[in-house]
Amino acid sequence: MSVIAFAKNWNGKFKNSTFELVSYTKALANQLNTNMVVLSIGEVAEEELKLLGNYGADKVLTVSNPQLNTLTSRAYADIVAKAANSVEAEVIVLSDNNSGKAIAPRVSVKLKAGHVAAVQELPLSLDPFVVKKSVFSGKAFGHIQIKSDKKILTIAKNCFGLVANPCDVAIEEFALDIDTNLFKVKIIQEEEQKDKVILSDADIVVSAGRGMRSPENWTPVEELAEVLGAATACSRPVSDEGWRGHEEHVGQTGKVIAPNLYIAAGISGAIQHVAGISRSKCIVAINTDPEAPIFSVADYGIVGDVMDVLPRLTKALRNSKS
Amino acid sequence: MNFEFTEEQLMIRDAARDFAQRELLPGVIERDEKAIYPTEQVKKLGELGFLGMLVGLDYDGGGMDTISYVLAMEEISKIDSSVSVIMSVNNSLVCWGVEKYGTEEQKQKYLKPMARGEKIGAFLLSEPEAGSDATSQRTTAVDMGDHYLVNGTKNWITSGKTASTYIVIAQTNPELKHRGINALIVEADSEGISVGPHENKMGMRASDTHSVMFNNVKVPKENLLGEEGFGFKFAMKSLEGGRIGIASQALGIASGAYELALKYAQERKTFGKEIINHQAIAFKLADMATEIEAARFFCLKAAWLKDQGKPYGHASAMAKLYAAETAMKVTTEAVQIHGGYGYVKEYHVERLMRDAKLTQIYEGTSEIQKIVISRGLVD
Amino acid sequence: MKILVCISNVPDTTTKVKFKEGDSLFDDSGVQWIINPWDELALTRAMELKEDAGNSVNEICVIHVGGASADATLRKALAIGADKAVRIDACPADAYHVAGQIAEYLKENPFDIILSGIESSDYNGSSVGAMIAEFMDYPGISSVTSVNLDDDDIQINRAIPGGKQVLKTEAPFVAVVQKGIATEPRIPSMRGIMMARKKPLEVKPAVELEVLTESIKFELPQEKGACKMIDSESAEQLVELLKNEAKVL
Ligand SMILES: Cc1cc2nc3c(=O)[nH]c(=O)nc-3n(C[C@H](O)[C@H](O)[C@H](O)COP(=O)(O)OP(=O)(O)OC[C@H]3O[C@@H](n4cnc5c(N)ncnc54)[C@H](O)[C@@H]3O)c2cc1C
Ligand SMILES: Cc1cc2nc3c(=O)[nH]c(=O)nc-3n(C[C@H](O)[C@H](O)[C@H](O)COP(=O)(O)OP(=O)(O)OC[C@H]3O[C@@H](n4cnc5c(N)ncnc54)[C@H](O)[C@@H]3O)c2cc1C
Repeated sequence: MSVIAFAKNWNGKFKNSTFELVSYTKALANQLNTNMVVLSIGEVAEEELKLLGNYGADKVLTVSNPQLNTLTSRAYADIVAKAANSVEAEVIVLSDNNSGKAIAPRVSVKLKAGHVAAVQELPLSLDPFVVKKSVFSGKAFGHIQIKSDKKILTIAKNCFGLVANPCDVAIEEFALDIDTNLFKVKIIQEEEQKDKVILSDADIVVSAGRGMRSPENWTPVEELAEVLGAATACSRPVSDEGWRGHEEHVGQTGKVIAPNLYIAAGISGAIQHVAGISRSKCIVAINTDPEAPIFSVADYGIVGDVMDVLPRLTKALRNSKS
Repeated sequence: MNFEFTEEQLMIRDAARDFAQRELLPGVIERDEKAIYPTEQVKKLGELGFLGMLVGLDYDGGGMDTISYVLAMEEISKIDSSVSVIMSVNNSLVCWGVEKYGTEEQKQKYLKPMARGEKIGAFLLSEPEAGSDATSQRTTAVDMGDHYLVNGTKNWITSGKTASTYIVIAQTNPELKHRGINALIVEADSEGISVGPHENKMGMRASDTHSVMFNNVKVPKENLLGEEGFGFKFAMKSLEGGRIGIASQALGIASGAYELALKYAQERKTFGKEIINHQAIAFKLADMATEIEAARFFCLKAAWLKDQGKPYGHASAMAKLYAAETAMKVTTEAVQIHGGYGYVKEYHVERLMRDAKLTQIYEGTSEIQKIVISRGLVD
Repeated sequence: MKILVCISNVPDTTTKVKFKEGDSLFDDSGVQWIINPWDELALTRAMELKEDAGNSVNEICVIHVGGASADATLRKALAIGADKAVRIDACPADAYHVAGQIAEYLKENPFDIILSGIESSDYNGSSVGAMIAEFMDYPGISSVTSVNLDDDDIQINRAIPGGKQVLKTEAPFVAVVQKGIATEPRIPSMRGIMMARKKPLEVKPAVELEVLTESIKFELPQEKGACKMIDSESAEQLVELLKNEAKVL
């Protein structure tokens, strides 16, 4: 018996969310009184794999095949299922990100393991096995019982945090035959913006809405994001109008994010928008309208014009840094 | 008795609501303020089939019932009555008459493009001296043997400039009084027609209302609608149905204003509580909701009678009267509930109040509806 | 080519959620039901593909696992332009159960392209599409922002964190779509609504499938404390609070 976590890498590197996953899985293994295994797929340097040990991993299985350096959900799911079987895993844990969302459902079918996505905390009870997940786009939580023997969870970002727990890690190659039939999807082109902070990973997000009035007015948003090392985001009408790209759209029909700090500038706070940000740790709202609904979900609010307040905030942050 | 809508009727209501929210709401304030004709919006409305929704499928219409029409008119009028008046005139004053009384050739030639929304129709009854008293038509259509020669001036014509097809009411045999009046289909680009300037209106400012002048305009004989001398009756019949459209428009204006007021009353705080918790405001909203519901029943009843093939003139006059009065009252209260905010354009209710006023005037003033209704009482 | 679009029937996005029977059930009284927003976009894209003469898409079918109350939603999909609707008559227990039912249908009625939304806005399981792919042993592509067919050559754009990928694949496949797949959902036209009446809406019995998970209770998030208002001139104070009170800087 064991618990297994799938640690995805990005060009051979792990992220904080990976370490959060390991921290969570370790705590779960402790609850279940069993050991934990971390699975890594694709080429990752030993140094990097060892970092997993800082958060409680004592055993890492790695499938360091270069063919697997980019995500192919079918092949990855196949490996995750096989690894889970080989260590007789009772619970399989993944991060609730793009890859987790693509792989976990497949593994669920392969192993007939009941699957719950976007789990918010450690299980509420172990027998029956009940977890808490967000439902209705963040408007509520559901307690879901998993009835099958095997269970598979994806955990929501920032739901658990990092828990340092240094261990000696044993790194083992997990040998298996890779079925080339599983690579029917071919990548023919890839574009990545290297210099930008990625929205779904960002700890701080500066987001702006129609209150900016025109796409030419985004400089203060970008400047604030720069001093904060933040990602930029926007409300739906802003991306619908083409003022900003779709990848920045947050909310019920865009990205659901949970940064530590979310700054909403010129956003009214419509229910669909709030659905995408309500799990942020701290929300700051800047709006000319003191009645704007965004203030009812914000922790800190400023009634004022974004074009004045944002530059002032940027300046104050610069000053406080130097 | 059955108060349930069908799945289809609800689907039409939702489609109209989506359209209004998505296509009409953005820019409605500016179009009103600057009196900009909603060209794009009307085009899309036509593509979705709303402009000819009551016309049968055989003539490229939507083949919908009048209940659906009430629901669609209400939703569109909640946001933009300048658009819904164009829809109402095209559907119930122009297409209806051609479909009901026109010849097969007239239907093929004129009805189909209007039902598809590619061409817009206008209804030319009112004159400088003939408003409420539509019998005193001064526009003449002299029988010249192979054609009519039309002369005169029509006033207040909705879609006067945009329309391609006019239905013109004109006097051919003055000695027969209103039994000498004819209804003619006239192509708007006929020689001798000129269109006056855009009327600078109080409300529904984005619809184009114009005078249309006829100076020796030749109209082929085959463009006569119905029999010789049927024109006045034709106009009255058309208005019976038209009033269901305007009543639903008034209903929409009222319910649009009410929804905004209800929302505002739950947000705005004075003396430490939301204003809806002041009884004076709560009771206003209760009255508004009740009257709107009554107006809705009037509209639906008239529509139902029409769909059942029963007489509906009396019911449509009641619907038009009650809904228009309700619209005026409810929009005035909606402005009141908004306080100072209600008096500026951003909050929409002042526009709805200005729009509401027109529903008491056109297609028969409230006073005229009372004449129609009271005559019906003793008939 | 045939496209199958999975449709989920969800509460309108403005719904304030409530629960009943000791918070064990979603209280659907007064709830307006809509086509799940992403599924609606998927259907729109499917329509665009069918209308484009440059490929051989000739049939669009929508499928839903659920009770008769969803028929109105399926009719709407038909009014928007789907050729056919299928409802598997079952109470959708969880994503595994739904995907399993759809896969059973697919085994008898093959499709070339299967589109599903990234998640349904009620239970947010985000797994039906990928599960169908696994049940059928098809390639599955997630985070899809566009599906293009050039003479039936399939090209797909997928969002990756901070960028995008262009992929090629072969039919049959499952695409799990998200924002960008189509610009705006379509409003059904009068003609579409009329035609919907005549289009088939098939109701199929469900197959026996194990139910692996069950939702037993709901809770609402804790109310936020009051928002602390800061003067618009005092940006420094905000920085101070974010640092020392909220501890997020
Ligand atoms: C099915 C559906 C799904 C949706 N999904 C989403 C979603 O995922 N995400 C999303 O964001 N929306 C979504 N929406 C849209 C949502 O309902 C709102 O329309 C949208 O969030 C409003 O965006 P906004 O706040 O930028 O604009 P607005 O509502 O127009 O608000 C602009 C705000 O800026 C303020 N403002 C104006 N000028 C200034 C200034 N100079 N300085 C400071 N403040 C100023 C105003 O007071 C106002 O509060 C969805 C809607 C539907 C129907
Ligand atoms: C924006 C707009 C769009 C219009 N669109 C069209 C259109 O597309 N086609 C068209 O043909 N017409 C159209 N009209 C004209 C409209 O139908 C007339 O304005 C209306 O019938 C009233 O006529 P009137 O303005 O001549 O007023 P009048 O008939 O002069 O009435 C003046 C007042 O006297 C009252 N009154 C009149 N007679 C009586 C009576 N017997 N008893 C009691 N009170 C009476 C009236 O109720 C009113 O209060 C439009 C008008 C407007 C303002």
